[in-house]
Amino acid sequence: MSATQVIKETGSEIQSESQHLVGEQAMSSTAYLEVKDLKIQASINMPGKAKKFITLVDNISFTLGRGKVLGLIGESGAGKSTIGLASMAYGRGGCEITGGQMLVEGTDILQLSDKEVRSFRGARIGYVAQSAAAAFNPAHRIGEQVIESALAHKLMTRPQATAYADELFGKLGLPDPENFGRRYPHQVSGGQLQRAMTVMALCAKPDLIVFDEPTTALDVTTQIEVLATIKHAIEETGVAALYITHDLAVVAQVADDIMVLRGGSMVEYGTTDQIINKPQQQYTQNLVSVRSIEKDEKPDPVGEPILKVTNIDAAYDGVNKILKDVTLHLHPGQTLSIVGESGSGKSTLARVITGLLPPMGGATVFAGTTLSADLKSRTKEQLRQLQMIYQMADVAMNPRHTIGQIIGRPIEFYFGVKGAEKRRQVVELLDQIELGEEYFDRYPAELSGGQKQRVCIARALAAKPSLIICDEVTSALDPLVADGILQLLMDLQNKHDIAYLFITHDLATVKAISDSIAVMYQGELVRFGKKSTVLSPPFDDYTDMLLSSVPEMQLGWLERILATRKMHAADN
Amino acid sequence: MAVDNNSLSTLVVKRLALGLLLLLAISVLIFAGTELLPGDVAQSILGQSATPEAVANLRAEMGLDRPALTRYFSWLFGIVQGDLGTSLSSGRDISTMIGDRLGNTLFLASSAALISVPLAIFLGMVAVHYRDGIVDKLISITTIATISLPEFFIGYLLILFLAVNWNLLPSSSIVYSDMSFMERLTAIAIPCITLTFVVLAHMMRMTRAAILNVMNSAYIETAELKGLSPFKIIFHHALPNAISPIITVVVLNLAYLVVGVIVVEIIFVYPGMGQLLVDHVTNRDVPVVQAVGLIFAAIYILLNMFADIMSIIANPRLRHPK
Repeated sequence: MSATQVIKETGSEIQSESQHLVGEQAMSSTAYLEVKDLKIQASINMPGKAKKFITLVDNISFTLGRGKVLGLIGESGAGKSTIGLASMAYGRGGCEITGGQMLVEGTDILQLSDKEVRSFRGARIGYVAQSAAAAFNPAHRIGEQVIESALAHKLMTRPQATAYADELFGKLGLPDPENFGRRYPHQVSGGQLQRAMTVMALCAKPDLIVFDEPTTALDVTTQIEVLATIKHAIEETGVAALYITHDLAVVAQVADDIMVLRGGSMVEYGTTDQIINKPQQQYTQNLVSVRSIEKDEKPDPVGEPILKVTNIDAAYDGVNKILKDVTLHLHPGQTLSIVGESGSGKSTLARVITGLLPPMGGATVFAGTTLSADLKSRTKEQLRQLQMIYQMADVAMNPRHTIGQIIGRPIEFYFGVKGAEKRRQVVELLDQIELGEEYFDRYPAELSGGQKQRVCIARALAAKPSLIICDEVTSALDPLVADGILQLLMDLQNKHDIAYLFITHDLATVKAISDSIAVMYQGELVRFGKKSTVLSPPFDDYTDMLLSSVPEMQLGWLERILATRKMHAADN
Repeated sequence: MAVDNNSLSTLVVKRLALGLLLLLAISVLIFAGTELLPGDVAQSILGQSATPEAVANLRAEMGLDRPALTRYFSWLFGIVQGDLGTSLSSGRDISTMIGDRLGNTLFLASSAALISVPLAIFLGMVAVHYRDGIVDKLISITTIATISLPEFFIGYLLILFLAVNWNLLPSSSIVYSDMSFMERLTAIAIPCITLTFVVLAHMMRMTRAAILNVMNSAYIETAELKGLSPFKIIFHHALPNAISPIITVVVLNLAYLVVGVIVVEIIFVYPGMGQLLVDHVTNRDVPVVQAVGLIFAAIYILLNMFADIMSIIANPRLRHPK
């Protein structure tokens, strides 16, 4: 065993040396995947009209050597996932690969029959999806799904595949690796499932894995662990990888090369070092540069807070407390960010404040009066003063109402304003959210994600509230669009003196917009105070871990932070 | 885990109790319904020319002159003890009368189910694979055509071709107790095919719709990116997640196979429960009608309860809690 390994290693050394000597020519001949002039189009069927094509990806070429990692980066709509799936000769929905070549070891897989293509998928090219929770079949055990590719392509016998899967479970740090495969997807956590998905891709021993935003759906503290295991797995198995993400700081930790995409075209392509440290294009520079929004903490408030939450206990089933003794307050015209991972109880707190979930104990005092725990017994005036904006603007609007109707509704409901005056007020709000009158008769489906969220802001604003609860309002948006929304919210705050209760898991957002911050962990408030205090040392353990888990745009950040943590663990 | 197993058995017990309550309510309805039937057994035994005194005497003898409430409770009391009473027209014990008939009906129904359920699910999966193509449309059109035609029309059509013209199968389905299993199967072949045609479309269309509903899920894409064959994806990855609505419709059709066979039994002169019911409605033999009605109701309730429980068990989240 060890002897063959030595031979193998020396062999590969010789190979890499010869590569060096022969240079570029040899490089392309050892390439595993070669993409030439890829063009992908989506067909749209309009009734009564000829089939229309929209070009999603155009003129993309790259080469990926064995064991190398290429990062594909861009905002949503940049075509990065489409390219990733195309490397498995797969088009989602109406997508068709209409031009170019996809050479896997010299074979153009775009020219193969369905059956031949299937012999590549799963066996030689694996796939790790963004949401493992959705990508695992809820009806089957994890282990069955993990070994399925290896069995379907007759690469291993069942005992072999099971043994290899168990070994990988162990290597990727999953608990109780021998029995992990016997569990169902709903029985394990999101981070564990994401690692299991990586095992699923690795199990058939492919030469290439497409990672499609594998850590985007995870909390920062989980993301860092999964990122480390993915990087470890790539190094250990020598598999090549296409790593797709919108987060440049994440891809900088794993990729050898990076390609920046925008609107389906290539912006820039180079080594990771080059893209991060010496970006050539303006767009890449924007992506690399740190967030543009910065605001100073507002001066210490005087007078009574607009919202005071004292000793709140809450549970959905009356037994398991989701919120434990939470006490915090917010002053008029200020922004309080509530930050925490999923399951920390931050959205539950919003439900308690809005009256959707009557708490088991504690009180909510709003503008000097104690609010009744139950939504039904609150006055219309109290309802008006407290508005809410949600994460998913899509589902928070009635798709059959026009934008004018959606924004006009609270104006009529709270103030009884109708007709021309109502329209005038709606148009005024549309101007404030920088959309303009031409949007009055449009439907939500005709708007982009950022525009929809602006409409939701206008709807909340229409009630002339003194407090708006913003629940992850920028989480579903691209960074540059999200920046626009945050800027708008802050402008509106300065103009109308509205207080924001800003619920988010995104620490960059928190740093950008808060006056005060509340850190929540497992239903408890672990840290609360002014921004400058909360974000300065000395930290408690949890806040320290949370803050240090946010990826930084530096090469080697991941290794450094893991090493620091190991040292800490050794110290303790 | 133990807690949730408990909750499943509590659920079954609750459903059973609810089913019994429902059955009690149905017994009231059946009793009231038979009370509303015009004429009575004494009249039909003695004929139109009987004197009112003779009819009254016979009624008293049969206990028909007691108040309805008394008769209901004595009937109910008998049933609880397992006594379905005696037939007014023949004087035979109803339990023994029904025994054979119920066996025959269940035999026909389960034969039809064994053919139609797998066939419907298979056709549904084929339709999904060729969705919106010619094969899919052909399956849809054929099955809708067979469900749209009344049973007696399909039945007589099959008799015309299979029995009369081609002489492949017998046209009547009379079965005796001393027939061999194969002879029985041959006898019920045509009614069995007729019933299959009647229930096929419903189950096939639900299978197709339920599977199509999950075909856009991310885990189906995962399966495709594993390079699995299309049929394996549909059968192994889509079907288990679509099974709940399919079970409901399948069981609804099974119930129809048992209680809805009346027309088919009459067409093919098949000695089952349906024929028994029709015969005894004709001669106002109320205890038999009530007994048959109650058994049909019990089967219907049981099957629906079974469907509910199966749908719950089909969900892995409930089978394997955290």
